[in-house]
Amino acid sequence: MKIISEIKRHNLLGRSGAAFPTALKWELVSKAKAKEKYIICNGSEGDPGAFKDGFILENYPQEVIAGIKIALEAIDNSSAYLYLRKDYYKKFDKKLIKGLDIKLFKKTGGYLAGEETSVCAAIEGERPEPRIKPPFPSESGLWGCPTLINNVETFYCVAKIAQGKYEKKRFYSISGAVKNQGVYELPLSWSIERILAETGNLPKGKFFLQAGGKALGEVLLPSELKRQVKGLGAIVVYDSKTDAMALLRKMVEFFLVANCDKCTPCREGIYRIGQMVKKGEIDKKALADIFFVLENTSFCALGSGSVLPLKSLINKLL
Amino acid sequence: MKITINKKKVTAAPEETILDVAKKEGIEIPALCFHSDLKIKASCRLCLVEIKGRPGLYTACSTKVEPGMEIVTESVKINKARRINLELIFAQHQEECNDCVMNFNCELLGLARKYKININRFDDRKKGLPVYEFGPSLIFDSSKCIDCGNCIDVCQQQGIGYLEKKEKGNLYRVVPAKNKECIYCGQCLVHCPAGAFEAVGEFEDIAKPLEDKNKVVVFQIAPSIRSSIGEEFGLPHGSVVTEKIVAGIKELGVDKVFDVCVGADITTIEESLELIERLESKKNLPMFTSCCPAWVRFIESYHPELVPNLTTVRSPQIILGGLIKTYWAQQEKIDPERITVVSIMPCVAKKYEITREELNINGLRPVDYVLTTRELAKLFKRKNIDLKNIKPQKIDNPLGLPTGAGVIYGASGGVMESALRTTYKKLTGKKLLKVEFKQIAERTKAAEVKIGNQLIKVATVSGIGNAKKILENNPYDYVEVMACPGGCIGGGGQPMLADEEIRKKRAASLFKIDSRKKIRFADENPIVKKLYQKFLKDKKIVHSICHTKFYEQN
Ligand code: SF4
Ligand code: SF4
Ligand code: SF4
Ligand code: FES
Repeated sequence: MKIISEIKRHNLLGRSGAAFPTALKWELVSKAKAKEKYIICNGSEGDPGAFKDGFILENYPQEVIAGIKIALEAIDNSSAYLYLRKDYYKKFDKKLIKGLDIKLFKKTGGYLAGEETSVCAAIEGERPEPRIKPPFPSESGLWGCPTLINNVETFYCVAKIAQGKYEKKRFYSISGAVKNQGVYELPLSWSIERILAETGNLPKGKFFLQAGGKALGEVLLPSELKRQVKGLGAIVVYDSKTDAMALLRKMVEFFLVANCDKCTPCREGIYRIGQMVKKGEIDKKALADIFFVLENTSFCALGSGSVLPLKSLINKLL
Repeated sequence: MKITINKKKVTAAPEETILDVAKKEGIEIPALCFHSDLKIKASCRLCLVEIKGRPGLYTACSTKVEPGMEIVTESVKINKARRINLELIFAQHQEECNDCVMNFNCELLGLARKYKININRFDDRKKGLPVYEFGPSLIFDSSKCIDCGNCIDVCQQQGIGYLEKKEKGNLYRVVPAKNKECIYCGQCLVHCPAGAFEAVGEFEDIAKPLEDKNKVVVFQIAPSIRSSIGEEFGLPHGSVVTEKIVAGIKELGVDKVFDVCVGADITTIEESLELIERLESKKNLPMFTSCCPAWVRFIESYHPELVPNLTTVRSPQIILGGLIKTYWAQQEKIDPERITVVSIMPCVAKKYEITREELNINGLRPVDYVLTTRELAKLFKRKNIDLKNIKPQKIDNPLGLPTGAGVIYGASGGVMESALRTTYKKLTGKKLLKVEFKQIAERTKAAEVKIGNQLIKVATVSGIGNAKKILENNPYDYVEVMACPGGCIGGGGQPMLADEEIRKKRAASLFKIDSRKKIRFADENPIVKKLYQKFLKDKKIVHSICHTKFYEQN
């Protein structure tokens, strides 16, 4: 299929933060043999430091819809869902999907309700909790049918590729202690430092930041900004007044609220870290052990992903 | 397909998980949240394994085998992860090992020993969490819960959904639902790996029936416990130990031991008469069995419109208890008030059943106490009675000699089988050879039986979730329902954590006893015949001892 080989040629990676090769997903779902298949455009944007999907939906909805339409054509027997966070759902101009095989679905639940298997569960009317993988959604997703789930920005990129206008750029949400908060579409190849500099957001004094999202992004010091943003396109800048312990407490609180409490390491591990943070006494050995099981044995990527921000914050600033 | 597991080459089928294969090969992998009755949740994160060529750890319970897979089930990394996760699990679980349904047969504790963990590395986060009582049957101590979700799933499978997750301070807890009724089947109890549920009175009250020295204490043992209690003493699953149970009970100082199966023979005869009547009048069909109190409670609470369809015949323990306090008391010239009847049951719903006041005869309860299989085992253990080595003793006369038909009451299909034998004989004068049942749905079997020139449609089903499905589309004349999977052999009072394989062995033993009995028709039981001639002579007395009423509950 032409579009899939085009996507492959441009080496497009998913923009949800997981950076899975988009062409591979499309290929798997288009080749699967099934009477019914689904396409889900995931606009659940749950990271507290990300707002680029909202920006795209507001400014380039036609491109997003065009991307979904391309998927509908590329994948036989398919119909699509546009899964949107409550506020995005409210704002979305329903006329845009008139006459198309695209249904709108309002997200319920929190951060984890954006995880792809949780999305399937939510649309099926179940509690939005992650499901066992494999099977991956491309094999058995929504109602057990092969399902293509891509982020809003990914569909935007597909539309651009189809129009021959893709320029290897991505959207960055920049927030925190900066002058010019906002969403910027900039080259993938740029370093964090350059992004901040070119947008007039590079702080003068001491600072640190989180790149890759406020939830799962790594904490980086000014000396570490020559790299590109990994994960979600989001940068959160903290100034020198930031109390690292208070930030840690907030992070842990976020995970306590966001996780589904299903698996031992994430439910109990995060709880234990929370207790340590509360008391202000960090038992280094216990913390290392908890990180070990979070990283290696969590049920879903939220648990394993929680280690990077927590560990980098503690190691670099506490 | 060929795979290797711990360097050993083995063959596996495509649908199998790594855990399935390991089990077949006798390789132990800790799998706390796995139960073959329930869907895979993969939440405890203990069944970790490594797969060559793939980074990270995988859960054996949820990972399917693939051709050529090379699996390792023990390594430094695996053991480290298991150890930490176990410590975290113990940090939720408020230990109460001396008073636990696990009777020290607990996987958690076994793993703690095996992996040499410090079970108190973290403080118990659930300390002080509520203890709930579900009627006169169950106690749920939520401070022992390790959040595996088994009880929620099994209760859902029962079609009840009495247990649910509720968020409290950013953490979910298992709590009983406010707007529902528990039917007391106890399946939550026997599927909980953490021993968070127990029967009401379990441990504290088990010696109570023996304490009053002025009483004549009579024990009556349920059909299904004879093939299950041996497990508590390390005997193979399905071992039949009827006479050892008798010997053990006698050693407790009990005066008489009778067999609930004799009560079952009477249930059969009465139920058969009622069936014939209803078939003639074509009223209140299908007739449903009512010897399972959890099923009865389900109907009374959730389908009151079907109350008239329940047979009015009392359950075997209630009939026999009534006879002990009337017929037997007269024979032995004992004041019924001086008799304590204790039933040993596979069941926690039976604890509820005996509290139903409409069952009282002359103001007395037919049965004073129900102890579960586990509770009897505990009582034996406390008195150092070891069923393995005890010398068997014959059960007492006259209410201790059942037919094969009475014994099979303990397994799904048994009540139906017994009733059909007697009904067929009554209507045709001939003996029914074999009824061919067809499996039509999960734990559901159906058959058509030609009796004379009537064709009657019957079905047997176990598990309330499965029974609910049969209610939707019901072409039957007579339906047997048991709340527990496989019938009472899978009951909520049975030794802990049985799975389908174990239940099958327990059931097979009961059917084997039946096949070896000379008398296999309830109505041919000499004691029962005598009872009908000498005692159960008129409608009134039959009614007061053998029949009851049901009504809407909420
Ligand atoms: S006893 Fe049965 S109905 Fe009651 S909570 Fe347990 S599983 Fe559910
Ligand atoms: S009560 Fe037992 S079965 Fe239920 S979730 Fe807790 S540990 Fe699991
Ligand atoms: S099936 Fe048997 S053990 Fe289970 S609730 Fe009914 S009577 Fe009790
Ligand atoms: S048994 Fe596999 S995760 Fe619990």
